[in-house]
Amino acid sequence: MSNITENSKARGLEPAVFGLWVGIGSIVMMFAAFTSAYIVRQAQGNWLEFRLPEWFFYSTLIILLSSLTIHYAYKFYLKGNTLRYRQLYLLTFILGLGFVITQYLGWTAMHAGGVELTGNPSGSFVYVISGVHALHVLGGLSALAVGVLMMAVLPHRVTPRRKTRFKMMVHYWHFVDILWIYLLLFFMFQ
Amino acid sequence: MAQTEVAVMDATDQLIEKYGYDDHFHDHHHGDKYQTNFITHYIFSMDHKIIAKQFLTTGIFWAIIGGLMSLIFRLQLGFPEENMAWLKPFLGKWIVLNDAGVGSISPEFYYAMVTMHGTILVFFVLTAGLSGTFSNLLIPLQIGARDMASPFLNMLSYWFFFLAGVVLFFSLFLSTGAFSGGWVAYPPLSALPQASSGSGAGMTMWLLSLTLFVVSVLLGGINYVTTILNLRTRGLGMWRLPLTIWAFLVTAIIGLLSFPVLVSGFLLLFFDRSVGTSFYLSEIFIGGQALDHVGGSPILYQHLFWFLGHPEVYIIILPAMGIVSEVLAIHSRKPIFGYKAMVFSIIAIGFLSFLVWAHHMFVSGINPYMAMIFVLFTLIIAVPSAVKVFNWLATLYGGSIRFNSANLFAIGFVSMFISGGLTGIFLGNSAIDIQLHDTYFVVAHFHIVMGVAAFFGTFAGVYHWFPKMYGRFMNEFLGKLHFWSTLIGAYLIFWPMHYLGIAGVPRRYYSFDSFETFSHFSGMNQFITVAAILVFVAQLVFVINFFYSIWYGRKMKVKNPYGATSLEWTTPIKPGHGNWPGKIPTVHRWAYDYSKGERDFISQIEPLSEQEKKDSIHH
Repeated sequence: MSNITENSKARGLEPAVFGLWVGIGSIVMMFAAFTSAYIVRQAQGNWLEFRLPEWFFYSTLIILLSSLTIHYAYKFYLKGNTLRYRQLYLLTFILGLGFVITQYLGWTAMHAGGVELTGNPSGSFVYVISGVHALHVLGGLSALAVGVLMMAVLPHRVTPRRKTRFKMMVHYWHFVDILWIYLLLFFMFQ
Repeated sequence: MAQTEVAVMDATDQLIEKYGYDDHFHDHHHGDKYQTNFITHYIFSMDHKIIAKQFLTTGIFWAIIGGLMSLIFRLQLGFPEENMAWLKPFLGKWIVLNDAGVGSISPEFYYAMVTMHGTILVFFVLTAGLSGTFSNLLIPLQIGARDMASPFLNMLSYWFFFLAGVVLFFSLFLSTGAFSGGWVAYPPLSALPQASSGSGAGMTMWLLSLTLFVVSVLLGGINYVTTILNLRTRGLGMWRLPLTIWAFLVTAIIGLLSFPVLVSGFLLLFFDRSVGTSFYLSEIFIGGQALDHVGGSPILYQHLFWFLGHPEVYIIILPAMGIVSEVLAIHSRKPIFGYKAMVFSIIAIGFLSFLVWAHHMFVSGINPYMAMIFVLFTLIIAVPSAVKVFNWLATLYGGSIRFNSANLFAIGFVSMFISGGLTGIFLGNSAIDIQLHDTYFVVAHFHIVMGVAAFFGTFAGVYHWFPKMYGRFMNEFLGKLHFWSTLIGAYLIFWPMHYLGIAGVPRRYYSFDSFETFSHFSGMNQFITVAAILVFVAQLVFVINFFYSIWYGRKMKVKNPYGATSLEWTTPIKPGHGNWPGKIPTVHRWAYDYSKGERDFISQIEPLSEQEKKDSIHH
């Protein structure tokens, strides 16, 4: 596989990273569908207004921070600064876990405040949309976990293969970050 | 003749050796990693050519199942009074015997068959079987790549499709029956497990199957787009691509943008079914009992569904259009007429396909002013479609046409696309659609324009590229028999349906015995059913020809039997993994240099002559 890809002429992005962005385009469409369904349903009335749980704002801070840490982890990886790279990479993983946990706390706070999954669709939408986003973060986390494992086992070496994988990880992680910012702003102002 | 072909073959190898580039693909014996034993070669293969064959044979399997289902419900529509007890050994409890021992097809089963026929044909046959087969086969071969960008994801794409098929196949044998609420799966029939017997486990499996299917489409699509945009050989600019590749590219992009929306819709449906949310369910009483659901909107599902559903019909028809453009040009020995116009019309159709979804919802209670916008965009699609039809006819005009099976099916496609496209202009107008909606006029329209036409495109592709897949030709006599019986038979089935529809006969009904108005159509319904049975038998001719020719067909003795310009005919007769044994060919010209000056055709790998260089400066 890598042979096929590497031997073709390079045009800007490597094909694997390009493919990742094509896939991200599909995920964007999925959330575009969710949020437009939200708008269409909201326009029909019978819509419960409620405040977003505070935990969602904490998770926003956390995921923003994690974008920063993975960005620098990658830089230090390329530079060959093993210690900094490992620290920041591990920190990204922990922050990612923190995001999912604060999301969960947010859902329990909504539940405690009387906004049920099976109640008015306005609440159901927030549960489902943030839940599907959290699943995408969990997907990223499992990839990060593989990275943590490889980081622990393999010596620090910059090979084209590992570089591409790391780059894909960084791009995807920034994407789920930006996606969450969009969703938060959408929930706040729509 | 034979001698010149041999000369051409040698010239091909020399050109590749002289102008091709060496990517050291074969230095590492890398290709063998994929094909070391039977399992990695034929089952979990990562070779795009094998995966294409897997998609094709699975598609043929599903086409037979889906076709048989249509015969079952056509029997009910044509011969509702007839004794169906003879089907009891096959269908068991779904054939209900009355006291006199006269059997009839149970209504639940009838609706399940209608639903499954739609699901199977639209998704499994005309999406996976058509796009899956030819995108996989032709993309690497026609762009000069060793394989797809990710052969592994490509393999997964097939196996997710296979799994989706297994789940749906299993749901046919549930004691409560397969899902029976129509292939569009509108709530509440799809959202309430108690709505009908098929809405329980049958619907759960339908949802699971379709979700697996979407995963397959997305994995395939990511690969197709990435491969076309990143792995083209040297010299192969986008404006030199064969139209097949353009069609597959736009098809894949449409799929990547529309199928995720369906997943969103399905997920909300899943929550309504299993968790008790009310996205689609408003106040509903069942058996006098009010349900807990409050405030949902069933129209919301229709929006989400048709945002996929309409682009889906272009996912089906665009690959067929690409195949037909290629086959018509090759077998008319003429360059395709209006190449750029063809590309732009493919792109325009792809773009417009996202702006017309609500024309499926004119009677669902949408705002009539909004309907006007959708009428407008729907009718605009007629423009790029007409451009394509004009260009196909102009390509045929004055050509040295070969009337072989592949080209006959390509010409038949143009006929079907015109006949079915014209009725689309009726249905695209909301004022007329309100009368014709949910009648047999709609059934006739979409079966001709995207059912039969897409099948014709598939057949054209199979007959044309069969030698590339199996190194042998299909039987021409059986092919022509298949073509003429299918062309005539398909019109005999669907032409009368227009009259039924204009008279107001509604589609999907189990029987018309409670409506005196429709009773005098029973003769016409019998005629349609008999025609359908005959056309099904004609398809068996194809199936026999296909499998017979794999092992016993006439052998392909030269690399380029049709005198075609594109890259797939520069590979060996049986290309191995990596497609070209040595260097990768480079491209020096577009894909349609037919009947140029003295030459019958000039392969894409042949550099421009001095005269051509001079001409191109002048232009």
